[in-house]
Amino acid sequence: MTTDDVPLLAGEHLARTFGRGKDAVRAVDDVSITLNAGEVTTVVGESGSGKSTLARLLLKLLPPSGGRLLLDGRDVTTGADTTAYWRDVQAVFQDPFSAFNQFFTVRRLLARARRLLGAELTEERVNTALEQVGLRPADVLGRYPHQLSGGQRQRVMIARALLMRPRVLIADEATSMLDASLRATILNVLTDLRSESGLAILFITHDIGQACYVSDRVLVMSNGRVVESGPTDEVIFAPSHEYTRRLLADVPRLHG
Amino acid sequence: MSTERTADVATAGTSAGPVLTASGLRAAYGPTVAVDDVALSVGSGEVLGIAGESGCGKSTLAAVLSLTARPPLSVLGGELTVDGERLDLSGGRKPPRTWRGGVVSLLPQGAMNALSATAKVGDVAVDVVRAHRGRVPRGVALDLLADRLDALDLPRRVIGAYPHQLSGGMRQRVVTVLSTLLDPRLLIADEPTSALDVSTQRALVDLLRELVRRGLVGGIVFVTHDLPVLRAVADRIAIMYAGRIVETGPTADMVDDPRHPYTAALLSSVLVPEPQVRRRRIGGIRGAPPDLADPPAGCRFHPRCSLAMDVCTTTPPVVGDAEAYATCWWTKDHPDEPLERSL
Amino acid sequence: MTRFTPRFYVAAAIVAAVLLFGVLGPLVFSGHELGTVVGGLYDHPSGRLWLGTDNIGHDVFTNLMYGTRTSLVIGLVAGALATLIGVVVGTLAGYRGGALEEALMGVTNVILAIPSIVVLILISIALGTRSTVAMAVVLGVTSWPWTARAVRAQAASVRTREHLDVARLSGAGTMSLICYDVVPYMLSYLCMAFVLQVSSAVLNEAALSMLGLGPSGGVSLGIMLHWALAWESVRTGAWWAFVPPTLLLTLLAFALLMLQSSLDEVFNPRLRRFLRRRRPAATPTAEAA
Repeated sequence: MTTDDVPLLAGEHLARTFGRGKDAVRAVDDVSITLNAGEVTTVVGESGSGKSTLARLLLKLLPPSGGRLLLDGRDVTTGADTTAYWRDVQAVFQDPFSAFNQFFTVRRLLARARRLLGAELTEERVNTALEQVGLRPADVLGRYPHQLSGGQRQRVMIARALLMRPRVLIADEATSMLDASLRATILNVLTDLRSESGLAILFITHDIGQACYVSDRVLVMSNGRVVESGPTDEVIFAPSHEYTRRLLADVPRLHG
Repeated sequence: MSTERTADVATAGTSAGPVLTASGLRAAYGPTVAVDDVALSVGSGEVLGIAGESGCGKSTLAAVLSLTARPPLSVLGGELTVDGERLDLSGGRKPPRTWRGGVVSLLPQGAMNALSATAKVGDVAVDVVRAHRGRVPRGVALDLLADRLDALDLPRRVIGAYPHQLSGGMRQRVVTVLSTLLDPRLLIADEPTSALDVSTQRALVDLLRELVRRGLVGGIVFVTHDLPVLRAVADRIAIMYAGRIVETGPTADMVDDPRHPYTAALLSSVLVPEPQVRRRRIGGIRGAPPDLADPPAGCRFHPRCSLAMDVCTTTPPVVGDAEAYATCWWTKDHPDEPLERSL
Repeated sequence: MTRFTPRFYVAAAIVAAVLLFGVLGPLVFSGHELGTVVGGLYDHPSGRLWLGTDNIGHDVFTNLMYGTRTSLVIGLVAGALATLIGVVVGTLAGYRGGALEEALMGVTNVILAIPSIVVLILISIALGTRSTVAMAVVLGVTSWPWTARAVRAQAASVRTREHLDVARLSGAGTMSLICYDVVPYMLSYLCMAFVLQVSSAVLNEAALSMLGLGPSGGVSLGIMLHWALAWESVRTGAWWAFVPPTLLLTLLAFALLMLQSSLDEVFNPRLRRFLRRRRPAATPTAEAA
C-alpha cells in the first residue's frame, strides 16, 4: 500500500488548545510534520514551546482540536482503534524512573503488551527486544525499576517500544535525564535501529546539540508554531529565522 | 605558616589570596564514601567549575563546601579556609552559624522554586538581611536589594512581585541575587542551570560573572554536569570521578588538551551544535561507575579506561602542580602527547 | 525501604491491645455470661465483679468486652465501606475527569453538605430494629465523601504520571490502568484514609448510641454510656458505669489517630528527618597538610 510519495506518518495543520475563552492557550498551533521511513527528524524547542503536546498528539494520547493525522496516507485522526495505531507508532519518554510502574517487574511491564500483540507476544520476542538495546534478558527481567540503573531503565523503555516492532518511534526528551556518556550510547542504539530496520524516528528535545548529532531534518518550535524546518545542516549551521538564530546564539559551545 | 588575617582585609575584591582552600574533604552516606580526600582552591574573583556525571560526588561536595550537609550525609573530615579563616570539619564539628549565608552561601538545585509562594521578593530580602544582621530597618534592607538590582541591570519591579508573577528565568536570577545579598565570600552553585532553557541559562551565567567581576562575591564554585556551560562560566575546571578530583586546570586548557582519560571521554561525548559533532560517531564510555562502598584500587577509572596498564591499580601520580594537574599514569609517561589521539 | 517509627509501634500496640480485648477478651474472661443478672443496681467493684454492675445488675467488665467488640466491628465495617465507596468514586472522578468528575463530585459535595448526624438520626429512626451491621452500613454510606474528595485529588495527580502513558501505549485498558497504575500509587494514602474512617466511625457510633439510637439488642461502648447517663450513674457516683467505656473510647480513638499520623511519617519520610538516629562519625582521618 505504501508508495514512495506517501509519508509514513503525517500531521497536517495539527492544533491543540487548552482551556476555553479568554484563558485559552494554543499549545500547538497549525503544525504540519511528516515522518518518513528510515529518517530521523528532530523537533527542538524551549520549555512551553508546545513540543511535548505535539508528541502526545502524534501518539494519539491526546485528541487534536484541529488538523488531521495520516498513517500511510489513511486518516487516523478520529479512529477509535488506537490499539492498532500503537502497534505502528510507539514512544519513549523523558524520565526513565517515572515512566515505570514501580510495582511491576520488567517482565510484567513488557507482558502488558499482550493486549496489543496477543499470541505474537512470545518469550523469544521479549528477549529479542531486550537484546536489541544491549540488555541481557536474564539480568533484567526479574527486576523492579529501583533495582536498575538509569541507563538500564531507559533501555528497558526502548525495548518496550521495540517489542511492538513499530514503524515510527517518538522519543520525547528520552535522553535529557541521562549523563553525557550514556546519552551517546542510547542515541546510537536508536539510530542503529533506523539503519537496520528502516524505523522512522522523531526526537522531541530542547537539546540542539543532540539534534545536530542524530537528525536528518530539524523543526524548530516556538509558541506552538514551527518557525523553521529543513535539513539539519541548513537549520543549525545556516539558520534563516530570527528565533532560530537567537536560540543558537545562546547555546553554550565547547570550542571557541 | 598560615597568615593570620583580621577583619579589615575583608573588603570586597581586594584580597589577593585565595577565597577558599579546602583539603582532605571526606563525606559519606553510611558506608558509601561519596567524597574522598578532595582538595581544591578558589582564587579571588575566580569561578571554579566542578563537573562529573551523576553519582560522582559533585553534589555531595557542594553540600560539604556550603556547610549544608545533613543526615544521612555525614562529613568525616577535612578543613576549609575561607578568606583566611580556618574551619575544621573533622569529628562532626558544627560550623559557626554566622558562616552560613554570610561567609558561604548556597544557590541550590531548582532554586527557582525555592521562593515561598506567599511572600513578596522584598519581604524575603528583609528576612534574609535580618537573619544575619539583626534588627535592620525594613527600608535599609529594601534599599540594599534595590541597589543590588540596579547594579546588575535587573528591574526594580521584582521587589514588590510574588514569585508566580515572575518568569522562571527571572525567578532564578532573583534567587541568585537574594543568596548573594550579604556579599558572601564564597557562593556554591549546585546545578543552577540544569532545568533552564538556554536563553535563561545564559542570563544566569552572565549574572554570576557580573557578581564576581564587581567583587560582590569573592569566588564561586559552580557544580554541573554540563561542560559547555562550564566553558562559558568557569575560569578553572575540576573533573570529579568516583568521589575524587581526577583533573583540574584552566578551562581552555582542559577543553583543548585534557590530560586525564576520563576528562577526554567526557568531553568527547558532549553534544554541541558544532560541525565535528555531526561528522563522527560518539562512543560514550563503556562500563558503569564503581560502587563507592567498594571502589577499585588505584586509579578509580582504570576498569573503564582504554589506556589502562598494570600500574593503574596502584595510586596514580599527580602530574602537574596544585593549580593544574591530572592523576594519571599514562599522562606521566607521555607528558607532551595529546590524549585524544590515543583513545 | 519504609522504616517504622517508635510512634507507629506505640499506636499499633494500643490498637492491637484493644482489638485483642474485644476479640479474645470474652473467651479468656468467661466468668459471666453477657446479659445475665449477677448483682444489684450499681454494685461496687469487687474481687468477683471487677468493675461492679450496671443499672440492671449486669457485669460491667463483661459488657465492656462485648461493647468493645461491637464498637470495633462497626468501626471496621463502616470504615471499610466508606473507604471502598470513597475510593471508587474518587478514583473514577480523578482519573476520568471531565463531565463524570463534575457529576460525581457534585453528588459528593451535596452529601458532604448535609449534616451527617441528622441523616444518621433519621435513618436510625427509620430502621425499626438496627442490627450491628445495619448500623455500620448506615455509618459507612454517610461518611465516604471525605475520602472520595481526598482520593480524587490523589488520583488526578497520579493520572499525569508518565507511566500511565507508557501503559496506554502498551495497550492497557481503563480497568487495568486504574487497578494496576493508579490505585497502587495511592495505597499508602488509602491506608491512612481507612484508619481515619475507622476512628470516626467508632466515635460516631458512640454518639448515636448515647442518643439511644445504637444497635438494638446488643451492647456497645456507646450504649453503655447511654444507660449510665439515663440511670444517673454520674449523680450517684457510680463511676465504674461510665469511666471505663469513656476511657476505652478515648484510648481507641487516640491510638487510631496516632496510628494515622505515624503512618504519614512512615510514608512521607521528610516529616521525620529529625527522628533519624544520628550516626556516630567514623574514625576521623587525620589529614595533616
